[in-house]
Amino acid sequence: MAFALLIAIWLLTLGTAYLFNHNWLPAAASTNAAVTDHQLWLNFAVVGSVFVLTQITLGIFVWRYRAKAHHPAEKPTNTTPAELFAMLAAAAIFIGLNVAGGRMLSGTEFLGHSPQAEPVRVEVTGVQFRWYFRYPGVDGRFGATNPALIDASLGNPLGIDSRDPAARDDRVTSTLVIPEGKDVELTLRAQDVIHSFFVPALRLKQDAVPGTEMHIHFSAQKPGTYEIACAELCGLGHYSMNARLMVMSAQEYRSYAQVAQK
Amino acid sequence: MTVATERSHFPGRLRRIFSTDHQVIGLQYFFLALAAGLIGMLLSLLMRIHIVWPDAHFPLIGALKPESYLGVMTIHATMMVFFVLSTVPQNGFGNILLPAQIGARAMAFPRINAAGFWLTCLSFLIMTASLFATGGAPSAGWTQYPPLSAIKDPGAGQGVGVDLWLISIGIFCLASTMGALNPIVTTLRARAEGMHLMRMPLTVWSWLVTAFMSLLAFSVLLAAAVLLFCDRNYGSSFFVPGLVMVNGHLLQHSGGSPLLWQHLFWFFGHPEVYLAILPGMGLTSHLLSTFSRRPVFGYAGMVYSTLAIGALGFVVWGHHMFVSGMNPFAGLAFSALTLVIAVPSSVKTFNWLATLWRGRILFTTPMLFSIGFVSLFITGGLTGPMLAQPQLDVYLHDTYFVVAHFHMIMGMAAVFGIFAATYFWFPKMFGKMMNEPLGKAHFWMSFLGAYATFVPMHFLGLAGHPRRYSQIAGSAQYLQPLLPLQRFITYAAIVLMAGQLLFLINLFWSIFYGCRSPQNPWKATTLEWEEFADDEKIIVHRGPYEFSPGEKDFLTQSEPEGERAGI
Repeated sequence: MAFALLIAIWLLTLGTAYLFNHNWLPAAASTNAAVTDHQLWLNFAVVGSVFVLTQITLGIFVWRYRAKAHHPAEKPTNTTPAELFAMLAAAAIFIGLNVAGGRMLSGTEFLGHSPQAEPVRVEVTGVQFRWYFRYPGVDGRFGATNPALIDASLGNPLGIDSRDPAARDDRVTSTLVIPEGKDVELTLRAQDVIHSFFVPALRLKQDAVPGTEMHIHFSAQKPGTYEIACAELCGLGHYSMNARLMVMSAQEYRSYAQVAQK
Repeated sequence: MTVATERSHFPGRLRRIFSTDHQVIGLQYFFLALAAGLIGMLLSLLMRIHIVWPDAHFPLIGALKPESYLGVMTIHATMMVFFVLSTVPQNGFGNILLPAQIGARAMAFPRINAAGFWLTCLSFLIMTASLFATGGAPSAGWTQYPPLSAIKDPGAGQGVGVDLWLISIGIFCLASTMGALNPIVTTLRARAEGMHLMRMPLTVWSWLVTAFMSLLAFSVLLAAAVLLFCDRNYGSSFFVPGLVMVNGHLLQHSGGSPLLWQHLFWFFGHPEVYLAILPGMGLTSHLLSTFSRRPVFGYAGMVYSTLAIGALGFVVWGHHMFVSGMNPFAGLAFSALTLVIAVPSSVKTFNWLATLWRGRILFTTPMLFSIGFVSLFITGGLTGPMLAQPQLDVYLHDTYFVVAHFHMIMGMAAVFGIFAATYFWFPKMFGKMMNEPLGKAHFWMSFLGAYATFVPMHFLGLAGHPRRYSQIAGSAQYLQPLLPLQRFITYAAIVLMAGQLLFLINLFWSIFYGCRSPQNPWKATTLEWEEFADDEKIIVHRGPYEFSPGEKDFLTQSEPEGERAGI
């Protein structure tokens, strides 16, 4: 039994470690994503070592100290130094990871202003079970909205108030199109229940909560089409609430924006 | 202080059902949890099949609709978290064994104890009924985030089912608060002479700390459930903001905060996680020592780390809310506190390994489950610090990585604790022994099945697979290549569940036909294995883990000769 346990624990441990080493992550499309991946791999290396070491030890102890006629159990004496060592080692590892992670977060978290002068601003609205994206148009201002005007069948799913001059050039799309390398500022809103705006390729996730506006920012580095999913349970169509993010080169984006503005 | 033995006021057969005897109540909790566990397991089978074969037809219920999937998911989680993990480790085994382990004759408040169980039972019946509610089972998840859970008409599964859910949970909270009084008062006031706090078995320590946590945590959830019920039925707006537009009409709420619910819920929810696992931790320490024939390595360290986990458990709830819109600075504070709680958990793991070291390990079924507990605790525990880093959680939050994490530790490790306790204390519960070969087969299927089912879920999460998706077909394109992995998980889960049939067979077969157990079958040291006459004074002479003290294999706590200082 002891030997079977040793083999089982070792195989499960090494198998798990081996499979974790496979790159399961979708390709990273932003600098922020690369930072997250770096922290993730640092965690795999540090936490993974602790995992393998403790499980291998467990396997060895279970086998080595199985009951045999000739060796009696020994009573532990003065356990405090060993325990203190374990405590300090654990504290160093976990608090170290926390400090490293905290630094990275403060480097990427939105703190109320954008480092670039003119970010591309888009408003994202989650509605059971769709994402809408609103661009402010040439005036750079989002027009007023009024929930009483919401009517998707009349082509006004966000309830934009057309009497507001700022609203006249607002544009609503079902695909989020942005230029590469430019800072993008998203304002997240939800009409009905909580949704969560999740772009795996950007390692980006933020809940959209009714009654509040959430701001996130990022800049995508690689042109291409990426998927947007909903990560907060929002009802029966939750699984199918997805949309696309298109990252265009600066030139492509200019001509896209010109055509769209007409 | 001695506690008077209780009498029931019910006549005849009713007296045996509505008993105020703590051992009977403990067994009632045990069978309630068994029923809830079976329901929860069958529901998870429906889920696993629906995710990969959405058109599958089930006997009696036909094909599952997406909203039915969410209802099944919600009740699966509720059954497991509330009616299994929050009942049997604490109130089940605690009732059966806590008084005996500290040399008390009974629980301090027998009637509150019985009332606690019957309220739990009522709560369980209402929860089971909610599965069949008109308008569908409650389907906003066991976390019941408003506004989804607060409004009656955004689709199937938000009708009377959610009201039943809230009523059931409200009653459950009441019952748990009542149930938590007894372990605290009994432990603090009714210990036998010589049973100093630092001579108590580690199981008793973990029941004591868990009881304090239940008292504080469930009272907050009770308040939150009442508020949400008012939002749903009486037009209040605790959790629903203004200008919420659902299904084409505007709600008449204003000024509420959806995040307030999340704070209240997780203020309960995170301590809940620890109160599900702490009894298992205490039991693991107890069994590793008993079956290594070696004292627990660092008894005091185990006690202090239990206390530290209990206290820190109340200040880490915000790590569930990194992407909720909570202030990111608060997120950093919660992250730091969460990583601090990994330290006492690491001390425990270290001490478990050190207890095995230079021991003389006997591979009984309860010991196998305890070793399995340690392995699963390490695997499931180490992903915790990863999720506690906001930068990583932004990506991993609400993906299968989280599902893998909590099923490994709170699902599997805690359940291994329950199994270890059942095999170990079965002689105290039914006077019989459970079948060892069947028990070992059960261990192997559970251990391998647990890894095969829940390790691959980490990979789904790393690939960005959100949780609570009722099916892969029809969801985002990048999830389609993950379908084979999802299928593998479904097969593994079926093996894992099949293993549990061995437990059921073993349990009922042993109750009726098991071998009669000797008085102290495991050669354990604690008081529950000794027999005392009703009027005999119990005196404790030493700590609970006096194994291999030299000339003898073990010394029980009450054995008078060769008196020595407790550990």
